Amino acid sequence: MVKYIVKRIGIGLLTLFVLVTVTFFLTRMMPGSPFDIANLTPANQEKMISFYGLDRPLTEQYVQYLGNLFHGDFGVSFKKAGVTVNDLIASLAPATMKLGAISYGVSLILGTALGIWMAVTRQDLVKGSILTFSTFGVSVPNFVLALLLMLVFGVYLNWFPVLGLSTPRHYVLPVITQSVYPIAQISRLVKTSYTEAMSQDYVVMARAKGLKGSRISLLHILKNAMIPVITTSGPMIAFLLTGSFVVENIFTIPGIGREFVNAVSNRDYTVVMGLTVFMGILIIVCNLAADLVCVLVDPRIKMAE
Amino acid sequence: MLSPDEFFEPVEDWERDTEYIAMENKSFGRDVWSRFCRNRRALFGLVCLTAVVVLAIFGPMVSPYPYDGMDVAVKNQGSSIAHWFGTDQFGRDTFTRVLYGARISLMIGFVATAINLVIGVLYGGIAGYVGGFADMVLMRIVDIIYAVPAMVYMILLMLLLGSNVYSVMIGICVSGWINMARIVRSQVISLKEQEFSVAAFVMGASTRRILFRHLLINSLGPIIVSVTLMIPQAIFTEAFLSFIGIGISAPMASLGTLAQDAKMQLEIYPMQMIWPVAVICLVIFSLNFMGEGLEEALNPKGKR
Repeated sequence: MVKYIVKRIGIGLLTLFVLVTVTFFLTRMMPGSPFDIANLTPANQEKMISFYGLDRPLTEQYVQYLGNLFHGDFGVSFKKAGVTVNDLIASLAPATMKLGAISYGVSLILGTALGIWMAVTRQDLVKGSILTFSTFGVSVPNFVLALLLMLVFGVYLNWFPVLGLSTPRHYVLPVITQSVYPIAQISRLVKTSYTEAMSQDYVVMARAKGLKGSRISLLHILKNAMIPVITTSGPMIAFLLTGSFVVENIFTIPGIGREFVNAVSNRDYTVVMGLTVFMGILIIVCNLAADLVCVLVDPRIKMAE
Repeated sequence: MLSPDEFFEPVEDWERDTEYIAMENKSFGRDVWSRFCRNRRALFGLVCLTAVVVLAIFGPMVSPYPYDGMDVAVKNQGSSIAHWFGTDQFGRDTFTRVLYGARISLMIGFVATAINLVIGVLYGGIAGYVGGFADMVLMRIVDIIYAVPAMVYMILLMLLLGSNVYSVMIGICVSGWINMARIVRSQVISLKEQEFSVAAFVMGASTRRILFRHLLINSLGPIIVSVTLMIPQAIFTEAFLSFIGIGISAPMASLGTLAQDAKMQLEIYPMQMIWPVAVICLVIFSLNFMGEGLEEALNPKGKR
């Protein structure tokens, strides 16, 4: 068990290191300088470049960036004077994380419910419609969905506000946009694994012992059927983060995704790198947690390793 | 007393042929095709996709308007006989632009998928066949690439290489082959222990022959299914990048670029948004339906 955890953490750290390195060199190789602004004289530009240490050799900058990162210091924004990336993340992350957490919660509950329904129902109509919905869910790009929801429910019907996240009502449309794809994916996964788990010997055994139906489905079947769902939570969180690029832009939510896209078009290197590394850490930690939960829930996985 | 003749009837000639097969002999391909056709949604997908592909290839050729021809006199028009889908804010014909956009989006989808297919099959095949330490290293590399959202790498690459069709393709290929590599690897690992490949090895077949003629041919089913799911993924990625403004830029048009252009005046002229978006959805829908249909058709034993 300990060996397994250590191995996983090691891979996580290696991933992070590769991510930091690739991001660092990719951003430095980009054409155009962050201080390429019309009203800045060449002399002042050079001053700025040397102030931020961009004139030093690349390897030196890289080593310094790594060193700062070890102390949890993401650096200072090139574009927003005096704003550190840490402050930026601290002020932006809550909105993105809240939206992501609510969306993931909604998708887990609805996705699992739909998946179980598909697995146990004998009506082809129900099965067919959920399956069509889930194909719809994975087929419609999130920006299309966001715009349609905004147009129909925000503008024409005027049921929900479409700007920012100030009240619970503001969450409705962004959460729907972010959850449709995960619901579709989770319901398919649960359907497959639930159907498989239903025919296992331990379920037959539990039935033979005369356990209540609800107890069997919750404790015996669902516990086993959820493992693939837990495993995919890493990719799901990655999906929610990249989805936030679009959703936060369309619904004007001050979050990480919106800032990332802005920083990219502003060539704000440190912000781009800081946010990339931050998102990387989030996903790596979630993957790690998912792996560990899987081993705790199902000891058979550890045996296979 | 009855004679034996009255108890028994002589067997007719055709009944003696115990090897007689009532059904016509079907090849694997025809079998798959007939199962595919029985799935109405998959067939619907195939028809729609074919229609879009044909229109996207030949539409711009026969259209009286060029895709980038501006005409201020007719800007922001609704549907009419002259302009079937209306015109955009520069008076460009939306129908022509949507077809042209579909052409670029589909091209990116197919070409990027083809590249991913080759990389994924080779990578997964080698990892699975060689096994051991090499497999471990190759799969750790896959894990590392997989752990970071591909979109982040893609956005950085787009900025580095500039906004054009080729950089979108390269961006999609950074991590698009990962799933294919994993699928092929697990197929190859389970197939290489089976008797037919052991037999081929014992008979002295070369590694390349075993890998390509025996192992990969037998993994063709899962490979085809995952290809039909990779194409919509690539089209979606392109549309996403163009939509956030770093994909393909005007006057070139992909479906994502058109949606991005129409976003500015969404509340006044929603139809300019609806046409390209409807085509994106139609294409991705059709491909996903086809993927499901193929999965079922290629794997008849699998559970529904």
